[in-house]
Amino acid sequence: MSQEIDETLLKSIIRDVLNEVQGAEKPISFKGGSSTATATPSSQQADQVHPVDWFKHVGVAKPGTSKDEVVVAVGPAFAEIMTQTIVKLSHKDVLRQIIAGIEEEGLKARVVKVYRTSDVSFMSAEADKLSGSGIAVAIQSKGTTIIHQKDQDPLNNLELFPQAPVLTLDTYRAIGKNAAQYAKGMSPNPVPTVNDQMSRPTYQALAALMHIKETKQVVVGKPADQIEVNFN
Amino acid sequence: MKRQKRFEKLEKRPVHQDGFVQEWDDEGLVAMHSKNDPEPSIKIENGEITELDGKQKADFDLIDQYIAEYGINIDNAEKANAMDSNAIAKMLIDPNVPRSEVVKVTTALTPMKASDVINKLNFGEMIQAVQKMRPRRTPFTQAHVTNTLDNPVEIAADAAEAALRGFPELETTTAVARYAPLNAISIMVGSQSGRPGVITQCSVEEAVELGLGMRGFTAYAETISVYGTDKVFTDGDDTPWSKGFLASCYASRGLKMRFSSGSGSEVLMGYTEGKSMLYLESRCIYITKASGVQGLQNGSVSCIGIPGAVPSGIREVLGENLMCMMMDLECASSNDQTFSHSDIRRTARMLGQFIAGTDYISSGYAAEENSDNTFAGSNMDVLDYDDYETMERDLCVNGSILPITEEQSIKIRNKGAKAIQAVFDGLGLPAITDEEVEAATYGSTSGDMPKRDMTGDIKAAQDLMDRGVTVSDVIRALANHGFDDVAQAVFKLAQQKICGDYLQTSAIFDKDWNCISAINDRNDYQGPGTGYRLWEDKDQWNKIKNIPWALDPQKVEF
Repeated sequence: MSQEIDETLLKSIIRDVLNEVQGAEKPISFKGGSSTATATPSSQQADQVHPVDWFKHVGVAKPGTSKDEVVVAVGPAFAEIMTQTIVKLSHKDVLRQIIAGIEEEGLKARVVKVYRTSDVSFMSAEADKLSGSGIAVAIQSKGTTIIHQKDQDPLNNLELFPQAPVLTLDTYRAIGKNAAQYAKGMSPNPVPTVNDQMSRPTYQALAALMHIKETKQVVVGKPADQIEVNFN
Repeated sequence: MKRQKRFEKLEKRPVHQDGFVQEWDDEGLVAMHSKNDPEPSIKIENGEITELDGKQKADFDLIDQYIAEYGINIDNAEKANAMDSNAIAKMLIDPNVPRSEVVKVTTALTPMKASDVINKLNFGEMIQAVQKMRPRRTPFTQAHVTNTLDNPVEIAADAAEAALRGFPELETTTAVARYAPLNAISIMVGSQSGRPGVITQCSVEEAVELGLGMRGFTAYAETISVYGTDKVFTDGDDTPWSKGFLASCYASRGLKMRFSSGSGSEVLMGYTEGKSMLYLESRCIYITKASGVQGLQNGSVSCIGIPGAVPSGIREVLGENLMCMMMDLECASSNDQTFSHSDIRRTARMLGQFIAGTDYISSGYAAEENSDNTFAGSNMDVLDYDDYETMERDLCVNGSILPITEEQSIKIRNKGAKAIQAVFDGLGLPAITDEEVEAATYGSTSGDMPKRDMTGDIKAAQDLMDRGVTVSDVIRALANHGFDDVAQAVFKLAQQKICGDYLQTSAIFDKDWNCISAINDRNDYQGPGTGYRLWEDKDQWNKIKNIPWALDPQKVEF
């Protein structure tokens, strides 16, 4: 039952959650009652985008034709609103590892940012249609990740990593590697499933807050942006 | 600050590893009532609901429209909604008002009125009300059977043991989605080896899941999720109508099904419209009723960390179970996900459903060690069996899990493992070795199992689907390998889908395939001397009394 958990980390997460709830300077609200009010980010409701130099928007993402590419889709708040996953892995490192995993297999990674949805399955279902190989990886800002193949139902998957708190940089690299192998038509062994049954009581409330923040950035109908990453 | 020693010790207690947050109405982080919840109201013109909970027909969203059209007993609606909420709440716990009378009122309420009624009840009253309002007289429970390696032999052995321990329903899912058909077959064959009559499901993507049912690999489904706001529905490419259509697909194939919902899901998906968890869940319950579905799995379910983090959240969870029963629906009452690091707190979370008794107290209990539970862990697992059974004995409560001996466990696990070995051979799937059968018989986790070639299994699973294998092939494989009794049980299970009796509310089977449901085992609780009492269910009580670790006082040697 009991697990060794980094107590300091836990405390800091709980403190962050409370700060978010109690001390947010701009409280996020659904005032107005319209069910679509959350769809469009506005200055009152959503956080400001903070552009970062390593993560550059270069126009609308186009469908690829190259069979040797894997599209990596990130959530609408990734890198520019939030910068770390739920266990404080930096988004830059996460992306670097996934891309390294893909390149290790001799394939190319193309990064896109999805705006239509914050749901990881639907993110990947949008991205695999852009992918020349038909294989896409999608990552939410909190770290939840999926490998998806074109023609699969949106809520199906090749591999799903639903528990963001157990994912490490090594896991992200292995996910990139497997995605590339699927793109090459291989049948890799799935990345071993790690299960921490105590993630939920520790992290679920925080996951909700992070997802609310990401969902504020959803823009109905907006196509994905192509992203140029520079890790140097 | 100089630390106070007692506070330093308190901070080290497991409860401090759980996440807690204060209420935040505008993001729906509030359990029972939000300042943004509507006032209950209803207006009926020419036999049509034209106003519902403060909204005019022209302003109805998809969910309002669906509920207004199909979800409310309109004949009694004006009268019922005009009643004082306290008066309705009193009917729920008054033993002199039979369940059948209460249901006439509660099925005519609006979602917000029903939430208001629940808001009047304290936790003790909710227990009283659940005892009376659950549809089936005899309480049962359900288990999860999974492991992180999707090892089919381990699934079959765990399913066989769970069946022997008394679970009438078993649910599996996958670690890797493409394993689905193998997991579905393994849990079915394992459970029929343990105790004929157990029904099984495999929770995966909806189209795949329906396909597995149509091939006869599963007998029921429950993870057909519905949500309390339009945005969450449509974000998942769904509407209430598409879920209703899926429900009728199951019914048309003679497969039992229930919907699934729970407080906190809209918070987790970021679209609450600022409403309370209870009000949003009431809309899910009414969608279920409106779809003509016989039951619902609710009680926050996998989102339990959300109501669990806010004040009165666990009261809200029991309240939403009760509301499901008020709508005359089968209720599989959650208690199926890790909830707390604290053993005290996770026991308290379960007490309402456990003491009152529900159709399925847990949906499900981990019939494997929690580290192997690919639903991300349950509130209780196999290592809690002896505690749970002792609680049943202490309180004289039927929690539907029976003590068994180590010898019984070894024998039944071995039978389940051998049966799935036979089926894999008969279906031309990658071989299961005798070493694997031995490991599953004596093991406790997938870590105790020899490693299988997962790539080979996944390819074989796809091939099995491509070849059009169905339950008939499973029955043939069992019969050809000398497992006549298991073959017969799987055959009987397939027959039930033609007969369809188990599509009635709250239906399960006993070991002789008698269907036990809210029709022939109607809850008749009306105070002392009525309703289900464990001591009157002599066979069950004897099994619970005789825990193997109690001494026989007449045979103690000094």
